[in-house]
Amino acid sequence: MHKAIIMGLVIGLLVGCAKRDNVIKIGEYGSLTGTTATFGISTKNGIDMATEEANAAGGLLGKKIQVIVEDDRGLPDEASSAVKKLVTQDKVVAVLGEVASSRSLAGAPICQENKIPMVTPSSTNPKVTEIGDYIFRICFIDPFQGEAMAKFTFENLKVKKAAILKDSKNDYSVGLAQFFAETFKKLGGQIVAVESYFEGDQDFKAQLTSIKGKRPEAIFIPGYYTEVGLIARQARELGIGIPLLGGDGWDSPKLAEIATIKAPGDALKDCYFSNHYASDDPNPVIQDFIQKYQAKYNEVPDAMAVLGYDAAHILYDAIKRAGSTEGPKVRDELAKTTNFPGVAGQTTIDSARDARKPLVVLKIGEGGKYEYMATVNP
Amino acid sequence: MQEFLQQLVNGISWGSIYALIALGYTMVYGVLQLINFAHGDVFMLGAFFGYYFSRWTKIAQEPTLFGFLATLLFAMAACALIGIIIERTAYKPLRTRPRLTALITAIGVSLLLENGGQLAFGADPKFFPSLISESKLYESANLVISNLPVIILAVSLALMLLLRFIVLSTTIGKAMRATAFNREAAALMGINTNNVISFTFLLGSALAGAGGILVALAYPKIDPLMGLLPGLKAFVAAVLGGIGNIPGAVLGGMILGVSETMVAGYISSTFRDAIAFALLVIILLVKPTGLLGSRVGEKV
Repeated sequence: MHKAIIMGLVIGLLVGCAKRDNVIKIGEYGSLTGTTATFGISTKNGIDMATEEANAAGGLLGKKIQVIVEDDRGLPDEASSAVKKLVTQDKVVAVLGEVASSRSLAGAPICQENKIPMVTPSSTNPKVTEIGDYIFRICFIDPFQGEAMAKFTFENLKVKKAAILKDSKNDYSVGLAQFFAETFKKLGGQIVAVESYFEGDQDFKAQLTSIKGKRPEAIFIPGYYTEVGLIARQARELGIGIPLLGGDGWDSPKLAEIATIKAPGDALKDCYFSNHYASDDPNPVIQDFIQKYQAKYNEVPDAMAVLGYDAAHILYDAIKRAGSTEGPKVRDELAKTTNFPGVAGQTTIDSARDARKPLVVLKIGEGGKYEYMATVNP
Repeated sequence: MQEFLQQLVNGISWGSIYALIALGYTMVYGVLQLINFAHGDVFMLGAFFGYYFSRWTKIAQEPTLFGFLATLLFAMAACALIGIIIERTAYKPLRTRPRLTALITAIGVSLLLENGGQLAFGADPKFFPSLISESKLYESANLVISNLPVIILAVSLALMLLLRFIVLSTTIGKAMRATAFNREAAALMGINTNNVISFTFLLGSALAGAGGILVALAYPKIDPLMGLLPGLKAFVAAVLGGIGNIPGAVLGGMILGVSETMVAGYISSTFRDAIAFALLVIILLVKPTGLLGSRVGEKV
C-alpha cells in the first residue's frame, strides 16, 4: 500500500518535471479589463502572434514557449501582485509588460529583486528602466515624445499659446506634460493654463471652461484614450474648437467610438498625437504585419499590438542567443540587442536599457481614421 | 463674468445628476429609515439595461424620440422589478431586526450588484449610444448651454414635483406617510405596510433607472462600478438637504455639484472632493438636520 503511494508520487514528480522541461514559461501582465482595456488586449494579441510564430519555427532551445497572462485590471496594486504571482508561483523566466508606466513601475521592482528580466513593450516614462538592470523597454521615452510634440505644435501648427490638461495621478501623464511644457517654453511658446483630472472622472467641464477663459490655441492632453475621448466630447460641447494634442496613450481602436458626437471620431477631427508607428506607412514590413494581424483579429493593429509583437520577438531572440533561460544571461543578451528588425522600426537597446526610435505624428481625420503627418528622428 | 456663468451652468448640470439619484435615497429613507446603499448600483443597472435594450432593438443605430422613451421606460420597469426583488429577498426578512442589520445587508446587496455586474457585463467600460444627440440651445463666445444638461435638470425637477404629488396628494402617499410616522400604528389602522414598503422601493428603483439612462446620455462611459461614487455623493447630497426631504435632495445635489465645479474650475481639481465634503461638515455643524430637514413633522 505504502509502496504504491510512493510509486505514485515518484511517477507524478517525474511527469511533472518532464512537463515543466518541455516548455519555457514567459509571464505577461496587462490591463485586459478596465478603462485602458484595449492596451492589454492589443498587447496580448501581438505577443500571441509572435509566440505562435516562434513555436511554429521550432520554439526556443528545443522547447515550446508558453505565455502565462495575468490581468491587472488597470490598477498598479494589481499589477504588482500579478507580477509577484508570475515570478514566485508560476516561475516564469522573463516578464513582458506593462503598457501604462504607473503599472510598469509597480511590477518592475519585483522582477528586479528576483533577477527576472522584464521587457516593457510601450511604457514611455523614463523612470521605468531606472528601476534596475533587469528592466528593458523597446520604445522611445517621454522626454523625446514631449519634445517632439512641443516642436510640432509650435513649428508645424504655429501655436504660440497652449494649455495642458493632465492626469495628475498618472506617472506617464505628469511626465509627458512636464517635458512638453519645458520644450514649448524653450521654443518661445507660452503655457497659459495647466489643469488636471483623475482617471475615472466623468466630468471635465470645470477644467475645460477654465482653460477656455485663458484663450489657448491648442490643448495638450497627455492622457489615456477613455478620458481623452470624453474630454474631447465635452470640449466640443463647450464650444472649444481648437486642436487637441496628445501622446501614444491616445492610440486605441475604441478612441473614435468614445469621441463621437454625431459621426465616429468627430470630436477629435483634426487633432494630433504622437505614436510608435503609422498604419498607412507603405513599408512592406508594416503592411505585411497589418495583413497577418487583420486576418487573425479582424481589426487594424494599434501601436500596442505592434510593440507587443516586437517585444516578444526581441525577448525570444535574446533567450536564443543566451542559450539559456537564466536571468543574468538573458539580461546580458537583451542589453546587447542591436538593430533588431521589428515592425515598428529597428530596435537597439542603449546603455540606459531604452530604445532610440523615431516617432510619427498622426492626425485624426474623417471617421476617426489616422493620417500620417510627420516622422521625427531622435 | 461669463466664465463664472458657464461654471455655474456646468455645476448645475453636474448637480442635477446627484439630485436625480438623491431623490430615490431620500424617499426610501423617509419611509424606512433605511439607507439603501444599493441605490447607486440600481442606477448602474438602469444604464446597462438601457444600453442592452437599445442595442438589441436597434434603437441605438437609428435614435428617435420614441426609441429614447421606450428605452427609458424599459430601464425604469426593469429597475423597478429589481428593486422589488431586492426588497423581498434581502430587506423584508430583516424588517423586525435592528436597523443596523438592514444597513449591513444593504452594503452586501450593493457589493453583490457591483461584482455581479462585473461578471455579467464585463469589467471594461461600455459607451452608451447617443440616443439624443447633443445640440446647443444657447451659444455665445463664452457661454454655451447644450440640450442634455437642460433635459436632465428638467427631468429631475419634474420627478421631484411628481414625487411630492404622490406623497402629499394620493392615497398611497398618505399610506406612505403613515407608515413613515409609525409602522405599527399604520398597520393597526388597516394599511398593508408590506405593500407600501414594496411600492416605495418600486418608485425609488424606477427613479434610479431613469437616472441611469439620463446620466449615460450626458456622460456615456458606463461600467459596473459607475454607481459607487455618484451613489455616495448623492447620499451626501440627501443628507445635506435634510434626509427624508424631497426638495432637500434636489437642493443638496445642486449645492454639491456647484461647489465641486467651482473648486475644480477656480482652485484645483485635486481638492474637488475635499472642499465639497468640508462644506458638508460645516453645513451639518450649523444645521444638523440638513438644510431643509426638520427634527419632527413630515418625513418622506
